[in-house]
Amino acid sequence: MLYAILCYHDEDVVMSWSKAEDEAVLAKRKRVQKEFVEHGKMGPAIRLVPTTGATTIRTSGNEQLVLDGPFAETKEQLLGFYLVDCENLDEVIDFAKRLKEGESCTFEIRPVQIFEEGVLPGEVKVAS
Amino acid sequence: MNDLAWIETTLTGARPQAMGALLRYFRDLDRAEEAFQEACLRAIKTWPVNGPPRDPAAWLIFVGRNAALDSVRRDSRNTALPADEAISDLGDAEADMAERLDDSHYRDDILRLMFICCHPDLPATQQVALALRIVSGLSVREIASAFLVNEKAMEQRITRAKRRVTEANVPFGAPGAVERAERLAAVAAMIYLIFNEGYSASGGDMHVREPLCSEAIRLARLLLRLFPAEPEVMGLLALMLLQHARTPARIDGDGNIVLLDEQNRSLWNRDMITEGLALVDKAMRHRKPGAYQVQAAIAALHARASKPEETDWQEINLLYQMLERLQPSPIIRLNRAVAVLKTQGPEAALLLVEPLAERLSNYFYFHGVRGALLKELGREREARTAFDKAISLARTPAEAAHIRHQIDRLITDSKPKAKSA
Repeated sequence: MLYAILCYHDEDVVMSWSKAEDEAVLAKRKRVQKEFVEHGKMGPAIRLVPTTGATTIRTSGNEQLVLDGPFAETKEQLLGFYLVDCENLDEVIDFAKRLKEGESCTFEIRPVQIFEEGVLPGEVKVAS
Repeated sequence: MNDLAWIETTLTGARPQAMGALLRYFRDLDRAEEAFQEACLRAIKTWPVNGPPRDPAAWLIFVGRNAALDSVRRDSRNTALPADEAISDLGDAEADMAERLDDSHYRDDILRLMFICCHPDLPATQQVALALRIVSGLSVREIASAFLVNEKAMEQRITRAKRRVTEANVPFGAPGAVERAERLAAVAAMIYLIFNEGYSASGGDMHVREPLCSEAIRLARLLLRLFPAEPEVMGLLALMLLQHARTPARIDGDGNIVLLDEQNRSLWNRDMITEGLALVDKAMRHRKPGAYQVQAAIAALHARASKPEETDWQEINLLYQMLERLQPSPIIRLNRAVAVLKTQGPEAALLLVEPLAERLSNYFYFHGVRGALLKELGREREARTAFDKAISLARTPAEAAHIRHQIDRLITDSKPKAKSA
């Protein structure tokens, strides 16, 4: 089954990390991912631009309102997500725990169904 | 992250809001700063024990305000404070009260806090120093080292700037729409000053003072979060991100300046570029062009070109013309000359540059650009004179070295070539 691992954290905190801290976190996560990559379980990892880059569309009466900013002002923000293919929830939980080891972020695991595959070319899928 | 690092990040993040509110209560910069300091000390004591409060800024405002009121009372009546343990033991009751603090003013509080640093009588460097001290909370020592002056001189400078600001009597009521727009513009300019202080250091041998750039970006992000629909604030943040993205490629291993055309573009920071481009895109939707947006759009065209040859100089030239209309300035015209060079050749570019001689005679880049154009036109002797003038005006060793390198090339190029390439 496909699962999304949604990563939440305070973006101010994440952005205040030094380059070295940031790289250490990424390197650790890469190490954990390696095993999943080798077993063909690892889908794309998506990083979201900070919430100041967000635009929200809401319906107000008959009107579509386009608003600058995120859908909700929250203390922690959705910063990105992983897509993985796992046997069961236990396997995802085990993977997610190792992925976030030593970090204060919050992960939310959500089973995913690919509704339609889309037509994006391969290089868009793997662009960092 | 350990407790202390987490607390430090939280205190830095909450500082503008807490300081802004405390300034509104006390209407006195020094008292607000003391109150904030006191609140921070108590946070370091109590947060590791009681856990972090739900709303750290509200907690700091509440605790800071009470601490300062206590000290006012103590000063006036000379009565003893309650024991430290009693104050430090801040339970949930206090946190709940903190939640109820009126924070509806916080946008204007933060804006006012930033705005008082932008007093027009203060020279640019003092605005920057004051903002780094009051808004960002850098220590005097940190600011002094960023400006390469000794701590004592910086202390005096900040004290003088504070006095100036206090005398200015910035009103404490909620600003009207026009006033708010004026404040936003002044604050945006001050943030860009901080960025430029880091991006092109005005002295010393470190050409890029990275932490100042990051701090300016952090403040712009904060401002955009407070005013999410302001296209010029989006433009400002985008501009700084797109420029800062090039930092890893701007200086080579020997500390020499690397020009845009010669930079290794794979070193550019992709995350910053993605975010910068997204913000330019967002800002354009508002169809309210302004100087930051246009400059960001120019930076975006550079960022989009994976090779220098792919740069859309025609569009850049048009954007510079637009920028000149918005903000007439000889420096913008000088920048446009580079776009004219790329689209119409060195002769047209030199025609644009020559009339600026009088106004820009003390400007390093003017002589550098003029020298490069003269060199292109084969007027080597004049080019040499212009480069010499540029060296005499260089503010950093990297700038001087860059021009010397141009002169070296002038000499090698003018020698008959041994081999045809």
